[in-house]
Amino acid sequence: MSAVRHLYVHLPFCVSRCGYCDFVTVVGRHGQHRAYVNALLAELTLERELLAEPLESVFLGGGTPTFTEPAELGRLLGALPPALEVTVEANPETVTPELASLLHARGVKRVSLGAQSFRPHLLEVLERRAGPDDVRRAVYALRDANIDNISLDLIYGIPGQSAADLDADLSDALALEPEHLSCYELEAKQGTRFTHAHGAELARQAEAMESYFERVVARVTAAGYRWYETANFCRASAFADGRDLRSRHNLAYWRGRDYLGLGIGAVSTIDGRRWRTTSRLGAYLSALAGGERPPREVEELSRGTRQSERVLLGLRLDEPLDVAGLEEAVDWDAVGRLERLGLVRRGDDAAEALTLTRRGRFLGGGVTAALLA
Amino acid sequence: MELERIRNFSIIAHIDHGKSTLADRILELTETVTGRQMREQVLDTMELERERGITIKAQAVRVNWKGHELNLIDTPGHVDFTYEVSRSLQACEGALLVVDAAQGIEAQTVANAYLAIENDLEIVPVVNKIDLPQADPDGTAAEVAELVGEDPERVLRISAKTGEGVDAVLDAIVDRIPPPAGDTGAASRALIFDSSYDQYRGVVAFVRVVDGSFRAREPLRAMAQGTRFEAEEVGFFSPTMRAAESLGAGEVGYVITGLKDVSRLRVGDTLTSERRPAEEPVPGYKDVKPMVFAGLFPTDSDAYPDLRDALEKLKLNDAALFYEPETSQALGFGFRCGFLGLLHMEIVRERLEREFDLDLLVTAPNVAYRVVTQVGEEVEVHNPAEMPREIERVEEPYIKASIIVPKDYVGPVMELNTERRGRFDHMEYLSEERVLLVYELPLAEIVLDYYDQLKSRTRGYASFDYDMIDFREGDLTRVDVLIAGEPVDALSLIVHRDEAYSRGRALVDRLREEIPRQFFDVPVQAAIGSRVIARETIKAKRKDVLAKCYGGDITRKRKLLERQKAGKRRMKQVGSVEVPQEAFLAVLNLDGGKK
Repeated sequence: MSAVRHLYVHLPFCVSRCGYCDFVTVVGRHGQHRAYVNALLAELTLERELLAEPLESVFLGGGTPTFTEPAELGRLLGALPPALEVTVEANPETVTPELASLLHARGVKRVSLGAQSFRPHLLEVLERRAGPDDVRRAVYALRDANIDNISLDLIYGIPGQSAADLDADLSDALALEPEHLSCYELEAKQGTRFTHAHGAELARQAEAMESYFERVVARVTAAGYRWYETANFCRASAFADGRDLRSRHNLAYWRGRDYLGLGIGAVSTIDGRRWRTTSRLGAYLSALAGGERPPREVEELSRGTRQSERVLLGLRLDEPLDVAGLEEAVDWDAVGRLERLGLVRRGDDAAEALTLTRRGRFLGGGVTAALLA
Repeated sequence: MELERIRNFSIIAHIDHGKSTLADRILELTETVTGRQMREQVLDTMELERERGITIKAQAVRVNWKGHELNLIDTPGHVDFTYEVSRSLQACEGALLVVDAAQGIEAQTVANAYLAIENDLEIVPVVNKIDLPQADPDGTAAEVAELVGEDPERVLRISAKTGEGVDAVLDAIVDRIPPPAGDTGAASRALIFDSSYDQYRGVVAFVRVVDGSFRAREPLRAMAQGTRFEAEEVGFFSPTMRAAESLGAGEVGYVITGLKDVSRLRVGDTLTSERRPAEEPVPGYKDVKPMVFAGLFPTDSDAYPDLRDALEKLKLNDAALFYEPETSQALGFGFRCGFLGLLHMEIVRERLEREFDLDLLVTAPNVAYRVVTQVGEEVEVHNPAEMPREIERVEEPYIKASIIVPKDYVGPVMELNTERRGRFDHMEYLSEERVLLVYELPLAEIVLDYYDQLKSRTRGYASFDYDMIDFREGDLTRVDVLIAGEPVDALSLIVHRDEAYSRGRALVDRLREEIPRQFFDVPVQAAIGSRVIARETIKAKRKDVLAKCYGGDITRKRKLLERQKAGKRRMKQVGSVEVPQEAFLAVLNLDGGKK
């Protein structure tokens, strides 16, 4: 059994649900926060033997982890195994000076703030509760609490977002000098309330928004950031006193490392097996209250699947993907075609390595689909 | 049965005018089938026929009425099957011409009536559906009487649905249609008017005995082809196959040949006895030539052998179907198939998909061209991609089209025919309201969407039929399509020079919509020879990424890519461009852009 060095903990609670969100969330339920943290810790005890401590990374995602009752959040952080990088996701409006100090005191090294946009009319479309000033206040509070690794999430391609809006959002985000930026194109999923309300507008703007991804990359890299993953940027080490500010936790996913996930809806991948814990809060709580593992959906990953995943994840990064052992997952004729089109580069030496070119990265989904065997 | 007591007849009618219902009623009234066996449209056995309410294969059924033996030879109703109609008619002495009392005469009625008259058949006009509230039996009777030169009083008025007047029809068959001529004592001769293939019993020939008689286990010979075999069984349909001791002069029935190879027995040939052979065969039929061609390609290239087997099997029951292997750079291995017309093509395709479970890509249909090259060589071209570039002249098939419309729509129909390079022949008033227009048109102008256009411009009132007339020289040119510089054979067109530009433009516009954006700019061009006449560029994609991908998303994203991958597999690779199969059908509905 391999030793797992990456731990994900899901905290599903939110004040309200944002229209575009498709994560496992639970609105409100203050009364259940304590029971939930108990359940998480019980689950950790059941799975702890899988972990090789000290861990490299712990990531608390949600939901809104920082919406969890502070006492419960503190208790949880205190009980988790130590790690080189501990990240907590936070919504700006929840980050008070008190919370920032609590996080710092409990060993949190990195906070990922869901800013999404600095334009009030776009935040309204996204049904976000925080305003632009909440984001700034949150960043200052974290800085004051000596948290020196802050990531901001931005969303682009929001219905009604003009190119000028996007530029202004990027300026506002960069002005806060975050160590890390995640920029996601809005995904309007079929059948959601959000798509129902905004689908027509998105279709109308589709052509204009085509250039937004390029715009984001151009702007952020020009500001001294490294575009190290399709949607992720970190301040280049030259501008960060030599620190490597890439997210260790997320790098683990992209490099195909094993990880354990705790909490409802959390996914684990260990030794070629992937499982997703039930997303039903009641079932989760009652199973763990009785000392049982919660219900899971298990997926056995075949050798071929594992290889394909390594390729599709690895090509998201700016570092070459070593394809030794992955040869069968790759359609080498397609690689040749894509190379001629200037989308893929092969390594110079005998050891085969694949990297997407800059243009290849903008087309990464299609390119990956094309080069997978 | 002595000749005087035999009557052989067909029913000819426009589609939906009640031919099948009348046939059913006749079977019932003559107690050929019992009420319990009765199901609608007994004669139409193929699933597709029952569903579409049309008759595809001719069949013959024997009924008895007041001491007479009546042979009903079924005929297909649609224009595409004129050839099969004429075969059936040659086995008869008379025909019931059935016209819907509410609809009146249709173009098909006229065409089939003329066909019957040409074959010297006695026509018994029948006005059907007199029970309908909107029926106009007298008006319709007058139209029919005018058409066939008969006294309106002698036009029968019936309702095949309720059975009213059907006995009078049977009486009229006996009274008006002459018995077959023939010599019972002469050397035996039988005309093969159709055949089918039974996997256990081999080729079954449907015959009309002209002279002499045929018995089981008798050695027989097909006179034209020289094929020899022993009749395993003779018999007739009533309505299912019934073995008989013999088939005599004037009778209609079947001969089970035991032949396992359909090509050894041709429809139109004459059977005779090996022991006492006849000297002269019965005059046969003209061979029909398919006039409409299209490429059939399996969507999944692995299914090519299945398609080949399926076509072989279909051909057994469909002598008019023609096919030869075709290789397309764009579509891979398939077959170029020849059809009698568009409905025939549609039926073949449906049968292949339904009965043989094949997924097919059918290219836009085109007609047969006769080409004389600059070196004086004469070739027949069935595929635009094979049209030689250096040509002296090209001839294309022409049809004579009969169109019947209410007089208010004469203008729109004339306009349509002019757009389609039609030449006005004549027009006549069938009644105060209805007009028959006769035009000569290139067949190429009707194979795509003429019928749809005709229907839409006349609010569905027009009826249409056509006959092939001849080949005529045309100012035709080949338009090629290039995708990213590569010529795509499956998209080549042959068009009249005046239309080359607009068709090329419309095609290029369509392709720009149909071909998804690629990783690079894709120029789409239409060209005559090396001269580009239209060009569009499909702009390269600028982004194609899965926005986020973390631990919880991996399975879903992987499946997304797998689906994307599967989608690509269904595309055809043209050079480095992925082209969806639908794009190859773009030529089919160009007129959306034309008019």
